[in-house]
Amino acid sequence: MNEVWRYFLIFFGAMMVYNFILIRFIGLCPFFGISNRLETSIGMSVSVVFVMVMASSVCWILWNYVLDPLNIEFLYIVTFILVIASLVQFVEMIIKNTSPPLYKAMGIYLPLITTNCAVLAAVIESIVPGFNKMHVAYNYSFPEALVFTIGVALGFALVLILFAAMRERLELAPIPKFFRGIPIAFIAAALYSLAFMGFAGMFGL
Amino acid sequence: MEEKRGCRYEFSKGLVKENPLLVLMVGLCSALAVSTKLENCIFMGLAVIFVLVCSNVIISIIRGFIPYRIRIPIFIVVIASFVTIVDLFLKAYFQPIYERLGVWIPLIVVNCIILARAEGYASDHPVRDSAFDGLGIGLGYTLVILIMAFFRELLGTGHIVLFDHTIISLGTDKMPIIFIMFPGAFITFALMVAALKWYQERRKPKEGGESR
Repeated sequence: MNEVWRYFLIFFGAMMVYNFILIRFIGLCPFFGISNRLETSIGMSVSVVFVMVMASSVCWILWNYVLDPLNIEFLYIVTFILVIASLVQFVEMIIKNTSPPLYKAMGIYLPLITTNCAVLAAVIESIVPGFNKMHVAYNYSFPEALVFTIGVALGFALVLILFAAMRERLELAPIPKFFRGIPIAFIAAALYSLAFMGFAGMFGL
Repeated sequence: MEEKRGCRYEFSKGLVKENPLLVLMVGLCSALAVSTKLENCIFMGLAVIFVLVCSNVIISIIRGFIPYRIRIPIFIVVIASFVTIVDLFLKAYFQPIYERLGVWIPLIVVNCIILARAEGYASDHPVRDSAFDGLGIGLGYTLVILIMAFFRELLGTGHIVLFDHTIISLGTDKMPIIFIMFPGAFITFALMVAALKWYQERRKPKEGGESR
C-alpha cells in the first residue's frame, strides 16, 4: 500500500502540482505555437507522451550503466540530447514504414519534439540528481522515473488540450486591439496557472 | 563602409525588430521562469549570449562542410558542447546561482532561439555577421528578461537586491506577491507584448512617410 501511494504521489506531483507548462514554464514554445486548434494539439500531445517515455527509459539505462560507472556524468547534456534526437528520427522512420495512419497523425510533430524543452527537462529531472524540484537530491529507480515521466507527459497533454479548446473560443471573443492573439493567450494562461497553484501543498507535495 | 553598416544592422535588428522574445516568440520558457530575480537574469543572459555567439561562429565556420541532411544533429552537438562549458563553469565558480537557475542551464540546449539562429542565420552567412547576429539577438533576449525581472522583483517583493545590496526599495514588504509567482510572469509578458504592439502601431505611419 505504502509503495503504491508513493508512486501515486510521484505521478500526481509531476502531473498537477509541478505541472510543466503552467507551474514550471517548461515547453511553452510548442504550447503557444500549436494550441490554436484542438486537433493539432491532440496529435502533439500523443507524440510528446510517446517520445518522453521512450527517451526517459533509454536515458535512465545510459546514465546508470554507462555515464555513472565511468564517471563521465558531465557529458549528460550531449548524451541526452543526442539520444532524444536520434530516437525521434528512429521513431519517425518506424512509424512511417509500419503505420501510415499513425504517421499521418504524428508525423509532422515529431521533428518539432527534438527541440521541445519539455522532453529534455523531463529526462534530466527524472534521472540527474539535484535538478528535480519535487525530490531534491534523490535518485529515482527505473519504475519511479517511468512513473514520473508519464505524469509529466500527461500533465503536458492535459494542459495543451484544455488550452486549445479554450483558445478556439477566444478567437470569437471581443478583445482589445493590442491584446489580440498572443497577449490574451498569456493572460488566459495566467488564470489557468492561478488555478493550478491551488494544487500546491496537496498531500504535502 | 557597406560591410560596416551591415554589421551594425545585424547587431541592432535583434534588439527590437527581430527581438527573439517579443516578436519571434521563441525561447519563452526560460525567460518566464528565470525572470523572478534581476540577479538570475544577468547570469542567464550572459550564458545565453555566450552560447549563442560561440555556436553561431563555429557553425558559420564549418557551414561549408556540413552535409545538409544531418545538419540538425551537428548543430545540436555544437550547441550542447558550449552549454556543457557554461554548466561546468557556473557549477565551479557560482554555486548558489547555479542551484537557483537549476534545470534552465542545461535547457539552453533546446532553447529555440539558439537552434533557430544556427539554422536560419549562421548556416548561410559569413563568420563576422553571424557573430554580430548572435550578439544582437542575445542582447535582445537579455534586455527583455532584465526589464521583466525588474518589474516583477520590484512589484512582487518591494525591493531589488543585487549581489546582496539593496538597490531600490519601496520601503514596504506588503506587495502583491503574485508578481514573482507563476501567473505574474504570464501577465507581465502579455503586457509587454501588447505594449510593443502599441508602440509599433503608433510609429508606423511616421516611418512610412520618412523612408519607406
